[in-house]
Amino acid sequence: MNIMSMTAVELGKKIKAKEITVLEAVKAAIEQIEKLDGTYNCYVTVDKEGALKRAEEVQKLIDEGSLTGPLAGVPVAIKDNMCTKDLLTTCSSKILSNFKPTYTAEAVLNLEKAGAVILGKTNMDEFAMGSTTETSAYGVTRNPWNAEHVPGGSSGGSCAAVAAEECSYALGSDTGGSIRQPSSFCGVVGIKPTYGTVSRYGLIAYGSSLDQIGPIAKDVTDCATILEAISSYDTKDSTSMKRDDLDFTSALVDDVKGMKIGIPKDYFGEGLDEEVKEKVLAAVEVLKSKGAIVEEFDLSLVEYAIPAYYVIASAEASSNLSRFDGVKYGYRAADYEGLHNMYKKTRSAGFGPEVKRRIMLGSFVLSSGYYDAYYLKALRTKALIKQAFDKAFAKYDVILGPAAPTTAPELGKSLSDPLKMYLGDIYTISVNLAGLPGMSVPCGTDSKGLPVGLQIIGDCFKEKNVIRVGYAYEQSRGYEHSPAVMGGAQ
Amino acid sequence: MANNITDETIDYVGILAKLELNEEEKQQAKDDMNRMLDYIDKLNELDTTGVEPMSHAFQVQNVFREDVVTNGDNREQMLQNAPEKKDGSYKVPKTVD
Amino acid sequence: MSRQYETVIGLEVHVELASKTKIFCGCSTEFGGAPNTHTCPVCTGMPGSLPVLNKQVVEYALAVGLATNCEINQYCKFDRKNYFYPDNPQNYQISQLYLPICHDGFVEIETGAGKKKVGIHEIHMEEDAGKLIHDEWEDCTLVDYNRSGVPLIEIVSEPDMRSAEEVNAYLDKLRLIIQYLGASDCKLQEGSMRADVNLSVREVGAPEFGTRTEMKNLNSFKAISRAIEGERARQIELIEEGKSVIQETRRWDDNKEYSYAMRSKEDAQDYRYFPDPDLVPVVISDEWLDEIRAKQPELRTEKLARYEKDFGIPKYDAEIITSSKKMADMFEATTAICKNPKKVSNWLMVETLRLLGERGQSPEDITFSPENLAKLVDLAESGTINSSVAKEVFEQIFEKDIDPDAYVEEKGLKSVSDEGALKATIEEIIKANPQSVEDYHNGKQKAIGFLVGQTMKATQGKANPGMVNKILKELL
Ligand SMILES: [Mg+2]
Ligand SMILES: [Zn+2]
Repeated sequence: MNIMSMTAVELGKKIKAKEITVLEAVKAAIEQIEKLDGTYNCYVTVDKEGALKRAEEVQKLIDEGSLTGPLAGVPVAIKDNMCTKDLLTTCSSKILSNFKPTYTAEAVLNLEKAGAVILGKTNMDEFAMGSTTETSAYGVTRNPWNAEHVPGGSSGGSCAAVAAEECSYALGSDTGGSIRQPSSFCGVVGIKPTYGTVSRYGLIAYGSSLDQIGPIAKDVTDCATILEAISSYDTKDSTSMKRDDLDFTSALVDDVKGMKIGIPKDYFGEGLDEEVKEKVLAAVEVLKSKGAIVEEFDLSLVEYAIPAYYVIASAEASSNLSRFDGVKYGYRAADYEGLHNMYKKTRSAGFGPEVKRRIMLGSFVLSSGYYDAYYLKALRTKALIKQAFDKAFAKYDVILGPAAPTTAPELGKSLSDPLKMYLGDIYTISVNLAGLPGMSVPCGTDSKGLPVGLQIIGDCFKEKNVIRVGYAYEQSRGYEHSPAVMGGAQ
Repeated sequence: MANNITDETIDYVGILAKLELNEEEKQQAKDDMNRMLDYIDKLNELDTTGVEPMSHAFQVQNVFREDVVTNGDNREQMLQNAPEKKDGSYKVPKTVD
Repeated sequence: MSRQYETVIGLEVHVELASKTKIFCGCSTEFGGAPNTHTCPVCTGMPGSLPVLNKQVVEYALAVGLATNCEINQYCKFDRKNYFYPDNPQNYQISQLYLPICHDGFVEIETGAGKKKVGIHEIHMEEDAGKLIHDEWEDCTLVDYNRSGVPLIEIVSEPDMRSAEEVNAYLDKLRLIIQYLGASDCKLQEGSMRADVNLSVREVGAPEFGTRTEMKNLNSFKAISRAIEGERARQIELIEEGKSVIQETRRWDDNKEYSYAMRSKEDAQDYRYFPDPDLVPVVISDEWLDEIRAKQPELRTEKLARYEKDFGIPKYDAEIITSSKKMADMFEATTAICKNPKKVSNWLMVETLRLLGERGQSPEDITFSPENLAKLVDLAESGTINSSVAKEVFEQIFEKDIDPDAYVEEKGLKSVSDEGALKATIEEIIKANPQSVEDYHNGKQKAIGFLVGQTMKATQGKANPGMVNKILKELL
């Protein structure tokens, strides 16, 4: 079997069994990148030299017996909004075009401790603002299922890299659906954990109260294994949670008998593509046949999640992104007159249109006279949304629905109408507002051959329910490789 | 109900956010913001009286550091990305006239 | 001028807290140090870095709040104050707006006009900014983030003060409270205590306050007094000319003795405060508050009363000694050893303050040890050395903290108390100064002083003056 078509855990096993060396694995990944990345543009930076050097180090540690975990020696791609020491970290923005962090993000450090070999940094929507990976300053990423379509976003580079097998697995980040939606579009599995489970230290912030790092891989087993490796209580992140239930792989059991599954009627109404609906409901049937108890219910407030999200995320972003000013790091405009002009020129040229749009909106909703009407109103809405989920989880173990209302749109069709693009996040956003764990698992393809994702949402700290349901469902169908690696698309 | 963001508002927000927009961008920003705010106004349908604004999804509190020095001299590292520097400091256009 | 005006003043006092590390990172707060040598990703606003609150900062803020009779917000939060300026690496300052840690307190001040309460509107915690240095050579600004993230409390008073005298009394009161708590050294010159002055004027008897201005850049008590006078005059002039005062921030130039408006069209003064999502609320339990209360040291007012009662020293003396925490500590430690409060207080009030004054220093700069001062008191009291020698020895203690026992021994400064030897010396002096003897017998009391002086000179200052007097009177 081809090294890159294995799951991360399968490859890890073979490396441990000395059937494959770390160097072979890394070379296979680099070969695949060299073969396909010209087409798909999953990476902003490929660290070939670093990866090859690291492969030898890791091999040594494995041989010594000091690295024994399931991910030791397995090559990984990291979304370009996580700091990696001395390795370019751009957030796919011009303003960080030359930024080499002085430290490595905690989640990435955790992976390194588990023996990961970093291949490079993946493309994304600039500062994670977008749903298509088209707002990157470094070109669009294409969908490995159909190169004329977007991979979704903002973790589009990570998801496409997994689907194109240009890495064994990847890390992404999810503020409003940025792991789940592109996972759904690229036919891979992605988990956004409960807020506070993975340290945000070293994740370049978009919406601090919503951002979470999570795994993206070929299957649920990989995702649970990776999540177990990256989760930790971090004293450097005040919002990090002390948990003693991070043994996510213990939930990899093919048994959903008696589990209560809620289907929110509000997730299947207007705006949902018929084919997507059909595939998701078919997946629900599978779980029912495995003994899960399925019930429809009214979640309510679904249509308020997007406006609340855009107020909160934009407000936080306007403040988080004010540090990019040409003083301490990153791009500085060449010609300017005085300090304030330097700020303006640097930021106007350094940020792309979508980022500027959100900074403007965020600055406005926080400005004098509007704070109560917009910002506080959004935080109150957030509280109500959380209550609605609390009510649902009093009855159900998990909530199932689509990850996105459609399959991947064609390239170039989304950015002209931002509001319409924002509406695509309708099923994922409320999960971030409520801090819940959510996962997207592939559940078939539409008539255009584009993947559909089933979203599984759990109560906070109940990743295990999500993983269990996802794993059980996945057993009914094997992993479907994208046409990019089957020789179909080019 | 429709919001009407004026040129003055866009200029004002530009000052706050340190963004300089050309005429075309300004027009676009006005349209975008009007549309977004109209959409956000949907929140007004919700009665949120008596609902506490929720900043954090979970009730975590009292996360502290002990008062112990853990960092040494990191100057070279901190300055390595500076667009301009001089004498161990970040160099910027003069701040006083 | 026909109309009478009243000045209405409120203060925003920033105090750098004495914690070892910054408010949100493990960098040292030590003063000085080459630029940017006390920095890390957090206090230089590196992408991805996150703040974690220093517990000691909360405890200092609580201690100051309790000592200034404040109510405590047992649920408090941090907010971001957004504005672009290079001394602020994130372009927002983490501060407290909506739920500051302390509010509604007061301190009592005393001026020539009597006692008065000055209300404290609130005390909040926040981070200090970095330092901007103008570079003349390249006509640019250099940024040093060593002070970025140093913890501050901002004490916002009510507009309760009416004169520079009251302002100074209020600042002095705050300084003493905070120094006694050990929460800060409150050095105005080094910037660890800074005051912004909010000032307005109104006609005496007017029901409403006038429009106020805020003055910044005041770094000495004298500058504050001058700024108050200058700004008062400026505002009255505007009003008299029928113009109106504009609410604005002004920068005091102490050389030109004038304040200048700081506004530019790039300063919108719209800080877009919102709760910092990177930090979690601080919840202060009753138990925690009780712990802080129990740890509160004795403050000045209590010390004053105790000094008068337990040590029997006059109120005036007690006031001087307790006007500095360092001096009060020195007094108590020395008295504990030599058990002579009156003498210790004399050495502190007279010689110590004189020497400090000559050097332009404050009591905080005292470097000698209570042990050596106590030994000196003992030496002088037992008559082992006379008072002029004692002064000389004290200067050595003040300067180099020498051991007075060893010093006196080594330099042979002990008083000559051998009555026989002294008598012989005095007899010779009497013989050599018949005129003085005659003057003495003619009732000129001054003459004996001269003879004492001559004797001291002959004994190189070591004679016991009491004994000299006694022998002289006998022989005459
Ligand atoms: Mg302040
Ligand atoms: Zn620091």
